[in-house]
Amino acid sequence: MTTINPPAVRKRGTADRIKKNVVSGKLSAVLILLPPALILFSLFVILPLIDAAFYSGFSWNGYGSPSDFVGTQNYQRLLDHSVFHTALWNTAKLIIVSLVIQMPLALGLALLVYRKTPTNTLFRLVFFLPYILAEVAAGLIWSFVFDGDYGITASILQSLDQESVYVLADRQWAFPAIMTVIVWKYFGFHMMIYIAALQSVPEDLIEAAKLEGAKPRQIARHVQIPMIKHALVVSGFFAIIGSLQIFDIIIPLTNGGPSNTTHTIVTYLYTFGLSRLNIGFGSAAAVVLFVLAIGIAFFYQRTTDNKEGQA
Amino acid sequence: MNRATTTRNTLRVILLILVVGLVVGPLLASFFGGFKTNAELRTNPLWLPDSWNPENYISILLDGSFWRYLGNSFFISSMTVLLTLVVGAAAAYVFAQIRFLGSKMILSYLLLGLMFPFAAAILPLFIKVRDLGLLDSYWAVILPQTAFGLSLAILLFKAFFDQLPRELFEAAYVDGCSYLRFFWSFTLPLSTPILATVGVFVFVQSWNNFLLPLVVLNDRSLYTWSLGMMQFQGEYLTQWNMILAFVSLTIMPAVIFFLAAQKYIVAGLTGGSVKG
Repeated sequence: MTTINPPAVRKRGTADRIKKNVVSGKLSAVLILLPPALILFSLFVILPLIDAAFYSGFSWNGYGSPSDFVGTQNYQRLLDHSVFHTALWNTAKLIIVSLVIQMPLALGLALLVYRKTPTNTLFRLVFFLPYILAEVAAGLIWSFVFDGDYGITASILQSLDQESVYVLADRQWAFPAIMTVIVWKYFGFHMMIYIAALQSVPEDLIEAAKLEGAKPRQIARHVQIPMIKHALVVSGFFAIIGSLQIFDIIIPLTNGGPSNTTHTIVTYLYTFGLSRLNIGFGSAAAVVLFVLAIGIAFFYQRTTDNKEGQA
Repeated sequence: MNRATTTRNTLRVILLILVVGLVVGPLLASFFGGFKTNAELRTNPLWLPDSWNPENYISILLDGSFWRYLGNSFFISSMTVLLTLVVGAAAAYVFAQIRFLGSKMILSYLLLGLMFPFAAAILPLFIKVRDLGLLDSYWAVILPQTAFGLSLAILLFKAFFDQLPRELFEAAYVDGCSYLRFFWSFTLPLSTPILATVGVFVFVQSWNNFLLPLVVLNDRSLYTWSLGMMQFQGEYLTQWNMILAFVSLTIMPAVIFFLAAQKYIVAGLTGGSVKG
């Protein structure tokens, strides 16, 4: 605002302003209200992430201070570890299932129940219920469902005269089972995002389309879905970032087994980093996770921005 | 035309009820399972029990550790909510009300947390908490949880504070009300809807947290209910009726809380994203 003022005047102006601020209590308000958030956030969010990058260069069991510098050896080991490859691939599978199965399912249901009627509200509540349950509780309940002796899948197979399968101990079926639970757990969340967006689509548009003889399916495809593009983009982002961080639900279901086939990045870094106190090695996995999350976030934002620009 | 609509409606209802069954089935099976014997569970895992035998439920309810787990979780979640609301609202108030050099940059810094995956910080967080001497204390869970919840809280608070009428502040200011007093006696009371939304949301997140307590709590007397549940599962291994009773009892408060506060939960989850 005061860029054309000569330096001396500007200096005095600043000093005056500071004085005035102090008098009006602005400065003291800033100095009292802001630091708690800054300190907490720096200490427990930013610093640990910087630490992770630092620790990843060391071979360190967490005691004393890290001194055994190993360069990129931790990353080398990570890239050579077949279990880590599996973990990455599993995480990719979770992202794909979330985007290709879960989101369309959630969208379809949202279109069925977005109108404000009492029965729809009830359906919405029920569909949303799994989302608010703790992942560990959901995992434990489903580990019962899949149990080979007691579970529901076992009794269904028995009634079909099939041999009982221990789904979660089966290398082929364990991960599809986990993906089922994840869709069950999270589709309601995405559905809620779509419902909020669908309710803000102007009713006249839909009426106009109806008058011109459009069928519900056509209205959904040509009017409603294009209008809620932003919600789709946002929920896709949540789906990806959420998939990268899946942990809780795996622990009660398979704990990464059988023979380490169902690890995700986070269960991997917990199992091979923390519970064995390989802090350096685990930190390398954490850095990979961090870079993936940030990278995907940026990439996603750029591509979806472009698309929205074109539309 | 009319017949087509009727068929479509019937199909719609059948489909919805099918999904309801898939969603509620496992939950009801757990609840019923808690009343069954293991032998009955083997032959009838899904439907109503032959006789409603509440023994499993009662034995868990009479065991002190169940209440201890719930109490620990309740304390940790409540403190996390309190701290997030106070610290987050204070910071958001500064960004909404006071213009100063660098405020935009500091705001962007605090919002970085929206992108950061919590799990990536868990190992150094363990080291940090240990070095601060906080391992095996409630604060080991409360402080990092608050820190990671701040970004979203500040984002939502600032959006709300920005919409409060500016004339109000100007009038109070002329009457000699300071920034701090105004925050405490006008901004906060006027913001109860957003405080409730963020509070409920933070509470649910904290209540359901598993990874952080798992890493920083070793002492069983401090266990949150999620840790306690896994502990219980480890002890009863294949006694599914006991495990199912335990799970049902622990998710019941969540379900009741959800039904009571669903308005705020849904608003908190979808509000920020849709406005975006």
